[in-house]
Amino acid sequence: MTGQDILMLLVAVIGTASALLVVSSRNVVHSALYLVIALLSVAATFLLLGAEFLAWAQVLVYVGAVVVLILFGLMLTRAPIGPTAQGNELGRALPVGVSVALFGFLAVVIFLAYPSTEIVLVPTPTEALGSVLYVHWAFPFMVLGFFLTVSLIGAIILARKEEGEGPDPYADAVAEVPVPVASDTTGDPTPVGR
Amino acid sequence: MQAVYPLVFSAALFCVGVYGVLSRRNAVLVLMSVELMLASVTINLVTFGAILGTEADPLLTGQVFALFVLAVGAAEVGVGLAIVLLLYRNRASVNIDDADLMKY
Repeated sequence: MTGQDILMLLVAVIGTASALLVVSSRNVVHSALYLVIALLSVAATFLLLGAEFLAWAQVLVYVGAVVVLILFGLMLTRAPIGPTAQGNELGRALPVGVSVALFGFLAVVIFLAYPSTEIVLVPTPTEALGSVLYVHWAFPFMVLGFFLTVSLIGAIILARKEEGEGPDPYADAVAEVPVPVASDTTGDPTPVGR
Repeated sequence: MQAVYPLVFSAALFCVGVYGVLSRRNAVLVLMSVELMLASVTINLVTFGAILGTEADPLLTGQVFALFVLAVGAAEVGVGLAIVLLLYRNRASVNIDDADLMKY
């Protein structure tokens, strides 16, 4: 067992534990912060596999942008802090059964397919990756950039506020004229802050 | 390094993501679980690229595909959060069980 093996096992244990904390934590903000650790362990796995550029791109894009975006989403939706409602007995047992069975199946397949395959660590120079990306994959790369632009414009159009669209949850926060509390109950039947 | 370690790590991340999508009711948490599943897929792509590549011919296609998955994941979380914001504005809730307009 080499040092690389030990590091990989350590990263895998930390990543799996923090991923479990992401889905089981009662507080959604804690979940978002555990997601940072899980995605950093994914970046460490990339480093151990020799993919340097991909590791730093993962840190920049996910830890730097996506988690911040998710935290913004949590703040804007005023996610309930504290115990969240869980389903009944079957609703709790079914996801555990499905994911444990899937993991068992995948682990058996992996151990049967690669019983003693060794990965030789060959660090990928970013220059080589760039020449492959901009020569062989140039057209898909440009299509990807166009796709990213279109989807982000679509997100802006989706999230933009339109006239007369549902109850405004920020009405009490930005209203210049104080609104009586009783008038809120006359509109939409779904209560705020559930 | 043994090839099974990153592969099993990726399988574990994917199964945790599946559990999160199936069990949690908060829409933002479901998005986080989808992010975990996407990350596990990128680990798989890079690992298979490292298994199949050699010293003389490093196979970089796996890393290029992982980079594509990274960008698509960023776009997905942007659009997904916009939809969650719209759901919250219209229903005053981020519980995915409340989004049942097309159920019957």
